[in-house]
Amino acid sequence: MLRGVDLNLPSGQFVALVGANGSGKTTLVKHFNGLLQPRRGQVRVVGQNTAGQSVGELARWVGFLFQHPEHQIFSSSVHQEVAFGPRNLGLSASEVNVRVEAALVRFDLTRIAEKPPAILSYGLRRRVTLASLAAMDSPVLVLDEPTVGLDARGLHETFDWLAELHTKGRTILLVTHDMALAAQYAERVVVLRQGQIVGDGPPQDLFRQSDLLARASLVPPPALALAQALEPHGFQSDCLTVDAFCDAYVAHFHQKKSAGWGAEQAGHGAWTTNREGT
Amino acid sequence: MADQASVVAEGVRFAYPPLATGETAPWVFDGLELCISSGEWVAVMGASDAGKTTLCLLLAGLAPHLTGGTLEGRIVVAGRDIQAHQPPDLADTVGLLFQEPEVQLFNPTVETEVAWGLENLGLPVAEIRGRVNEMLALMRLEHARQRPPATLSGGEKKRLALASVLVMHPRILILDEPMGGLDPAGRHEILDALAKLRRDSSTTIVMTESDPEAVSAFADHLVVLHQGRIALEGSPRELFHQIQELTALGVAVPQVAQIAALLNRRLDTSFDFLSLDEARAALAVHLA
Repeated sequence: MLRGVDLNLPSGQFVALVGANGSGKTTLVKHFNGLLQPRRGQVRVVGQNTAGQSVGELARWVGFLFQHPEHQIFSSSVHQEVAFGPRNLGLSASEVNVRVEAALVRFDLTRIAEKPPAILSYGLRRRVTLASLAAMDSPVLVLDEPTVGLDARGLHETFDWLAELHTKGRTILLVTHDMALAAQYAERVVVLRQGQIVGDGPPQDLFRQSDLLARASLVPPPALALAQALEPHGFQSDCLTVDAFCDAYVAHFHQKKSAGWGAEQAGHGAWTTNREGT
Repeated sequence: MADQASVVAEGVRFAYPPLATGETAPWVFDGLELCISSGEWVAVMGASDAGKTTLCLLLAGLAPHLTGGTLEGRIVVAGRDIQAHQPPDLADTVGLLFQEPEVQLFNPTVETEVAWGLENLGLPVAEIRGRVNEMLALMRLEHARQRPPATLSGGEKKRLALASVLVMHPRILILDEPMGGLDPAGRHEILDALAKLRRDSSTTIVMTESDPEAVSAFADHLVVLHQGRIALEGSPRELFHQIQELTALGVAVPQVAQIAALLNRRLDTSFDFLSLDEARAALAVHLA
């Protein structure tokens, strides 16, 4: 499934891991919290080989969000679900409560704290798993497709939270199909194809390589795709977001307009001279 | 017949059973009115707890028959009142794709999974074989025919679940977040398969979806759920330019529509493009 993967994620980096379905993304990230062990080679997390450690021990360092919420939800209330992880870190009851309350507020789950997660909608269950992850406050976070099923507000909450964690120095590995989000938030994108890394670099560089994208079954975010489609018309931009596109487009349009106005003035002057000359 | 694949909801109120005796469960729907014609492709959007999945379960008769709960008003699917029909009676007409593929995968191999529904309809073996082969090819699952579904990747499981539903040739197809977790190739396949289905058989498609790009590409009609009712409805083109209203309702807007709105504000233009191609054409003209 994975063939000769060499990957180094420095502390504090926000990395997006992308690739087609079946390329090995989930398989790869499950090595980082000990759910899987490599048959060859080794995996080191925060400097330590995962081979000697249990999933429980690694949970102190690596917070893991599964691709499907029901793979990690098992408690009879939202509150208990979010409290489970911090409790197992050996924190005091009051410290656990502080963390749980903060996580519930962050993901807007306070009013349903006593409900059983099993009866909640998919999107709400996804928010419960995000709150569980938040309550662990781990130095490394691995999120396997966190945005599936989230509505617009859920997306905002999640990415505001991740951006904040990034500024606090947490290491974030985001597995995603959403290129717009990867482009906007990740400082580095790693591309997996059939169990091998085929691309690794800043989003702008990556999205310029159309044959790599095609081979890896990826498309650039719409704003960038539009910018690229307008290149034959003289528009040049590496914009990754709606705002960046509009800034670049407006500037380009005004520049074109004033260049056109200047040329018109010069032409008018020439005509006047000719008339006077005759 | 005109109503062979239509969906009508009149004055629908629905609540799940309360968690404890003596409690009152909140209404998920409180006055839902919906009318979908035969052959239409309708997208349903809304915030996380707006009732999208519940609507799917109601249209397939799984609610209230399997979930329990209280249903008032009428839901008529392909001419049948769902209150009066148990889910097996609707199985030959209504196909439902759950949001989580694992919910509906339970056979030992990919091939047997796709064949299961047809076997239960008692179709001839040759026909079953033909339909299964065609569907595995369409969904790019031939390489995995003999594999247990549990060994497939997330996206492959989704394609398998859809294959097992489409192979039944349902007149009404209900899809709960079909694009979730799929890569661009997977999305293309699903949308191509659905488009082909519509062309060949005028199947009615009701799709709940969070991804606005998929909705704008394919839906004829868009319905936005909020607080138990339909808050907005119209064509994707009409609705996706009402950016503030949609954002307030928790619904995402396609990036190109956001670009159109922002450029209109800054340049006093009146762009209304919805797709990448339309945007490219309109802006190329604007720059010329």
